[in-house]
Amino acid sequence: MGRLEAYLKPYFGYIALTVTIKFLSAVAELLIPYLMEIILDEKVPAGDLGQIYIAGGWMLLCAVICLVLNIVANRMSAISSGKITRAIRHDLFFKLETLSARQLDHLTVSSAVSRLTSDTYNINQFIARIQRLGIRAPILLIGGIAMMVSMDPVLSLVLIALLPIIALVVYYVTKTSVPLYTQQQGVLDNMVRTIQENITGIRVIKALSKTDYEKRRFQSVNQELTQVDEKAGFVTALTNPSSTLVLNLGLTLVVIVGAFRVNSGAILSGVIVAFLQYFIMILNAMLGITRIFVMYSKGQASANRVADVLALEEDLAVLPGQPPQKDAPHIEFRNVSFSYTGKGAVLHNLSFSLNHGQTLGIIGPTGCGKTTIVNLLLRLYDPDAGEIRIDGQDIRTIAPEVLRSKFGVVFQNDFVTEGTISDNLRFFRPLSDEAIAAGATFAQADFVREKGMDAPVQVRGNNLSGGQKQRLLIGRALAGSPEILILDDASSALDYRTDAQLRKALYQNFQNTTTVVVAQRVSSLRHADLILVLSDGALLGAGTHEDLMRSCEEYRLIAQTQMGDGKEGA
Amino acid sequence: MAQNPNVIGGGRYTRMEASGDRRSFRGKVSAGSVLRRLWQYLGRNRFLLVLAIVLSISSSLLGLYGPKLSGQAINAIDVPAGQVDFPTVFRCAGLMVVFYLASGVLTYGLNIVMIYLSRRVARQMRHDVFENLTALPVKFFDDYQTGDIISVITYDVDTVNQSLSTDLLQLLQSVVTVVVSFFMMLSIAPKLVSIFLFTIPLTILFTRWLTRRVRPLFRRRSTKLGLLNGFVEEMLSGQKTIRVYGQEEAVLEKFDEKNQEAVDAYTIAEANGTITGPSVNFINNVSLALVCIFGSMLFLRGQVRLGDLSSFVQYSRKFSGPINEMANIIAELQSAFAAMERVFSLIDAEPEPADLPQAEVLDHVQGDVRLENVSFSYNPGQPIITDLSFHAKPGSLTAIVGPTGAGKTTIINLLMRFYDVDSGAVLVDGKDIRTLTRDSLRRAYSMVLQDTWLFHGTIFDNLAYGKPGATLEQVVAAAKSAHIHGYISRLPQGYDTVLSDNGTSISKGQKQLLTIARAMLLDAQMLILDEATSNVDTRTEQRIQAAMRRLMEGKTCFVIAHRLSTIRSADHILVLNQGQVVEQGTHEELMAKQGFYWELYQSQFENQAG
Repeated sequence: MGRLEAYLKPYFGYIALTVTIKFLSAVAELLIPYLMEIILDEKVPAGDLGQIYIAGGWMLLCAVICLVLNIVANRMSAISSGKITRAIRHDLFFKLETLSARQLDHLTVSSAVSRLTSDTYNINQFIARIQRLGIRAPILLIGGIAMMVSMDPVLSLVLIALLPIIALVVYYVTKTSVPLYTQQQGVLDNMVRTIQENITGIRVIKALSKTDYEKRRFQSVNQELTQVDEKAGFVTALTNPSSTLVLNLGLTLVVIVGAFRVNSGAILSGVIVAFLQYFIMILNAMLGITRIFVMYSKGQASANRVADVLALEEDLAVLPGQPPQKDAPHIEFRNVSFSYTGKGAVLHNLSFSLNHGQTLGIIGPTGCGKTTIVNLLLRLYDPDAGEIRIDGQDIRTIAPEVLRSKFGVVFQNDFVTEGTISDNLRFFRPLSDEAIAAGATFAQADFVREKGMDAPVQVRGNNLSGGQKQRLLIGRALAGSPEILILDDASSALDYRTDAQLRKALYQNFQNTTTVVVAQRVSSLRHADLILVLSDGALLGAGTHEDLMRSCEEYRLIAQTQMGDGKEGA
Repeated sequence: MAQNPNVIGGGRYTRMEASGDRRSFRGKVSAGSVLRRLWQYLGRNRFLLVLAIVLSISSSLLGLYGPKLSGQAINAIDVPAGQVDFPTVFRCAGLMVVFYLASGVLTYGLNIVMIYLSRRVARQMRHDVFENLTALPVKFFDDYQTGDIISVITYDVDTVNQSLSTDLLQLLQSVVTVVVSFFMMLSIAPKLVSIFLFTIPLTILFTRWLTRRVRPLFRRRSTKLGLLNGFVEEMLSGQKTIRVYGQEEAVLEKFDEKNQEAVDAYTIAEANGTITGPSVNFINNVSLALVCIFGSMLFLRGQVRLGDLSSFVQYSRKFSGPINEMANIIAELQSAFAAMERVFSLIDAEPEPADLPQAEVLDHVQGDVRLENVSFSYNPGQPIITDLSFHAKPGSLTAIVGPTGAGKTTIINLLMRFYDVDSGAVLVDGKDIRTLTRDSLRRAYSMVLQDTWLFHGTIFDNLAYGKPGATLEQVVAAAKSAHIHGYISRLPQGYDTVLSDNGTSISKGQKQLLTIARAMLLDAQMLILDEATSNVDTRTEQRIQAAMRRLMEGKTCFVIAHRLSTIRSADHILVLNQGQVVEQGTHEELMAKQGFYWELYQSQFENQAG
């Protein structure tokens, strides 16, 4: 839990209070058998009924105190553990939200999800339980040992000598089980991913009749989870019987050593009897303590997984820089090179610039790096070499919230949330109803008017067609009246007529918006001020439609394919 | 993808309006049936269960026998100094060692058995949930959050698992101790036992009362955690978009609401659930006090002896401990119960109706597809298709055209039998598809959808997905035809490159090419292309034309497309608008009609030219 200590800190006082209350209730509970001994050993032989009633009354009082304190302390433990968990989750979610694309790719969404829910849940349970169970056992242990030492130090030594052995067992179990629990959570990630894939791919799986295959795939991860879970279980299950065994063997030793001491007259046999009583107490306490360690192992594994994410360094740090320049181009790429893997560059030495209100078109074969330019401009990744400037400022020097407030973006296959149409248009921003309605209108999303703003959108937008989704997403981007609009193949599912109407609307209403359009169709970007023709990350041509038609073979081929008389692509 | 707004489940699963805008499912499973179902799971491992019971009884009995041995040893020691009966002491000590070793082994064995048992039950439950997930209609996944479903298989099943391995074990052990102690007490002082006649029913009543109170709270805890999971899964999938819109704070605020709800549900369940322990403990303490007081009174009246009173008290302490434990465990079990309700309701969710018992396997497919007077609606009263008939001859090409959102995908849903028609029939080779096994029907099609789906695995595995046993040569050939081989071979690991779920470095167009390559490996007689190349650039598309044509050759094809040449060369064109088939026929027929298709064609052509 150590690495998450900061989250416990604010509640130290509260937890201390909980533990103190738990301590008092343990004292009250221990008084009950003590009072009982007094009744049986002293009051009953004395035959004084009045005294018996008084002592009995005390017992009842202790029972009541114990009840009240325990309920209060349990409640407090639930509250503090809940608050701590909430804080951890809050920070973890924020961290995950702000991870760079590279970091999240590496972590994977499924692992992020299980860390955020399953692992924090384990932590929650651990913190609650340790408070409830953590105090009683040590008190009983220490109390029991103290009583024994006061009775006969020599006999006590026998038992105390055994405690290190138990400590060793617990150490071994914890050391072995923490990695096992970590592994278990890792396998759980795989299982989550398998389920996720099966849900998102349900149509394809059914279409290809791969259900049995998927079942086998699940079965193998299920089996793996079961096995590692069993393994962790077998190890932790060792604690209880082995520490009981050690203590019991110690007890046998006590009987033997005791026999010699009684024989030599060093102690009376009654001491051994009393020893046995306390021994049971110590045994129970020991069991309680080992149980805490088992909980600890699981909690620790989860805490590590959470702490690992929280400790991830800010990938895209903001560098110090100068204020924006007035006369600089709006967007400028200077000798930018980039690759996702570090090997085989996706972009080579790319330079271009774009003024305010201009439109940039990017075209080129599938996988040539079109989306990469968008990713770099949005600073989802940093270039390996060169720099990207907006208004003359290197984007690495612009605070992310400032940088991103400039953009309205539609990605390929973009994110539609479950909710309503207006939820999706507004996308959490404090936009007015008019603004989102206008966005939808510009985006040619007439279905919005037909269905209504409050019409439900299903999980992953499953009740919308591809074209409807795209228009919804474009509407989202336009609703924010962005300074820079990015449309990454955002109209591929639109029919030509709608696409043309969209372009018209953009031309008429977003004159001052700098626009970046990635498209397959020449018609989508032929009016652009600058068109980049890419192939394998290299620039084959740059210029206006007319320039390129003259100078760029590749572009001419694309255009002819699409616009040639009657020879359009299928 | 399905065009079904406002669907409310008609099946056995129910939706719960949990926090306004999001749903979670929960079971309508009664307590009795939850127990019965659990029993079925335990019953599958009858041998382990019996072994667990035997082991727990024997280890508990040993536990009660142990003190007797040490008692004997002490009797041998309880003599004046110098007269200790060492042979007896050593004999007893020796027996104690043997006995404790045996008890230790037994206890560990019992633990192992319980772990086996509970993990098997958990594995079986996960298996059953998944099994049913694969059988559920497509509609189910349009309705529920992925994360919520995941939460059932992970968190809820694990709760059951934990509960079985620890709680059930303790329950077993406690029962034995309670029964034995009870008979011991009965043999010592029957009159004092009458106190327990009062306190035990009190305990039972109290536990029952609390259980009723706590169960819904635990149910809520499970549900809220599921919702949180659903939210997180959804939002993290859209993390990139959230970031570029700079809405991290706003989403975080939403998250905080869900988080708060989940934590509150946890805290309330926990705070109430943990009342049980102290309360039952209290009842026990009170009965202990009463035993002392009444026992003393009886002693003073000469009705019991002091020694008996003392051992009665010892036993009653032994007795009350496990009862206390049991009550605690029963409270703990509530969370498992709530979890099981969710698990079982997912297992029970109505699957696709089973194939008819006499369902035929569709083989030697000709590819003759006929729709006869088909009507269909996702929601009763909102017909999507009414009285549609058409015939696609073997090897013909049917194009489905219309403005976006016209319901083109619905036809695919019906052909593949993701949904059943309301009236009329879909026939393949003259057989009503409802009389065929779904598997063989779907295998008769290959399908490339606009929404590409790739899973976490190597490129090779993804391509060979529809054709187990495909060789590398076949896969490479398909990739070459789809013009994606070049990209793949430039990757450091080539065909062994693992595609991860986010796969940022692979573009959507490339994904589409991969799915086309996947379809090329199939040898189905019928082909469905749903805007299969919408994100592929035109030049590449042109380059894969030959391969596509080869892919389509001799097959009955259904194509949703917005590119004109495909549509024009189709044998049959279905024109959809606003969920209705407004026209159908060949290109020439439709053009001659000068109707909706003509208008559509004109406007598109106009724009392309301009």
